[in-house]
Amino acid sequence: MRRIIERDRFMTKQVFHVGNAAGFSTDRLDSAAPVVAALIASGAPSALFFETLAERTLAFAQRAKLADPEAGYTPDLEGFLRPVLKDCVAHGIPILGNFGAANPLGAAKAIHRLARELGLESIKVAVVEGDDVREGLRSMQVQAWEEEALFDVQRDDIVAANVYLGAQPIAEALALGADVVVTGRVTDSALALAPLIHHFGWTADDWDRMAAGVLTGHLLECGAQITGGYFADPGYKDVAGMASIGYPIVEVSDDGGLVVTKPTGTGGRVDTRTVKEQILYEIHDPANYLTPDVTLDLTSVQVMDLGPDRVQVTGAKGRPAPETLKVTISYAGGWLGEGEISYAGPGAAARARLAAATAQQRIETQYPGIDIRADVIGLVSIFDGDTGERAKGMQDTEWEDVRVRIAVNTEDQAVAAMAAREVETLYCAGPAGGGGVRRTVTPRIKTASCLVPRESVQPRFRLVPADE
Amino acid sequence: MNKASNMIDVPLREIAHGRTGDKGDRANISIIPYEAEAFAYIADQLTDARMRDAFAHRGVSKVVRYDLPALGAFNFVLDDVLQGGVNGSLNLDGHGKSLSFIAMSINLRVPAELVESARKARETNESSV
Repeated sequence: MRRIIERDRFMTKQVFHVGNAAGFSTDRLDSAAPVVAALIASGAPSALFFETLAERTLAFAQRAKLADPEAGYTPDLEGFLRPVLKDCVAHGIPILGNFGAANPLGAAKAIHRLARELGLESIKVAVVEGDDVREGLRSMQVQAWEEEALFDVQRDDIVAANVYLGAQPIAEALALGADVVVTGRVTDSALALAPLIHHFGWTADDWDRMAAGVLTGHLLECGAQITGGYFADPGYKDVAGMASIGYPIVEVSDDGGLVVTKPTGTGGRVDTRTVKEQILYEIHDPANYLTPDVTLDLTSVQVMDLGPDRVQVTGAKGRPAPETLKVTISYAGGWLGEGEISYAGPGAAARARLAAATAQQRIETQYPGIDIRADVIGLVSIFDGDTGERAKGMQDTEWEDVRVRIAVNTEDQAVAAMAAREVETLYCAGPAGGGGVRRTVTPRIKTASCLVPRESVQPRFRLVPADE
Repeated sequence: MNKASNMIDVPLREIAHGRTGDKGDRANISIIPYEAEAFAYIADQLTDARMRDAFAHRGVSKVVRYDLPALGAFNFVLDDVLQGGVNGSLNLDGHGKSLSFIAMSINLRVPAELVESARKARETNESSV
């Protein structure tokens, strides 16, 4: 590491730019190009990352890999990278992504194929592995989150078990000169912290700088959620240009100072409000945001408008990281059966309620005790609880375009299918004017958050040769 | 102190905005006043108990409020409000993405001038920090 730190100190410019172009696996595929253009135009040393791995995504990727050993990485990998790979390599902007999912090596091979197709002679692709602990799980001490009990690692329906790795192995992979670093499960924030560690030579126990880097990642990790996405509320929080919303960039100083912005010419907005909403997104205790790299304390964080689409964020404090690492264990979660049918015009809500009650009665008669929910979409279907008490108190008269939705949870795929089918029987045997039936049966995955000792996890990183 | 005649009941949405996040069967809802002056009124009236009442029909088991005066925001953490979370819920919105708008409908009693200044702040896109 020492050699790398000295080299980087020699090269260091004062500000490093981190851009994000995806906040989840089915995010927009054309978001990266404006971000990369802005990074290049800035002339500042930069990195770009894609965050494509929600809590359950990895379990579904494991299932995909079981069906096809070459699969198991983010299906849209090529779609994400094709528009920007050549420019990033040409301008020395490393790309980082947890798009390796269940198969980082498979993703690395796919990136080499794409590079060849784009006429790039040779690029360096690194993988970070060691997050997948399913093989060794049965010999590990796995503590259930916030519980005294140990998690039952012997159960035979475990689909995936992945530890959230931190930034250090990613930073070391960058030190190999990687153009692209592919990971499986890592903390989202590690994808932003790692290039900062690599560039500035920050040490792992420089807690306030680690905190600033984790906050950088946290601000960026959901893409457009900090530039007006998941924010716009006409008349209250207006956002222009939603269809061409710009994805975010954070400009990071060596002292940990942060400025949030977005590419010029894109839609959306960055102001203190969009930034505050994202700072607290998915946060529980703001004094203790636990990551493998640092415990982040947000209680002193402040934001300040610096001008159009520029917000300064200060005050991130860090304390030592926890001794344990978080592991998400995914296991089979049964089946979700859903059926929907629409009613419109005078009396629509009353007909819909009759339809919902009819389907529910028939399903419960056939499958006593089944976990079922019946809604009329248009009558508090989202806000209501599972027992539907809010809907019961509503008047029918004003609702003239509503949709019945029946949903069941069951261990049995055939039961899920039959319950959904009951909704379709309402075409002929239900109330007047029911149309537009759709039904689906979906496998579910359950997840348990657990803790494992740091020593039981061995992160690995290496360059994957183009001909491997 | 404000005169009682200046005080009006308004939905939280008139003076603050917020966002829901989820992890497992736990949701957090941020509440962010448009104007710094609104912070104290929210701190005083939007208690853990008040939020718990608003989500009682969703089976919420515990609510904790964290205050962030430096940021100018509150963070509420609600346990079991997702009735299974994205992996187990039968609700169409298993993530609970929409839930901040239940909070936005809670009425608070605040000075009329505060509602007016929040409205102006929204329209001019200016925010006090």
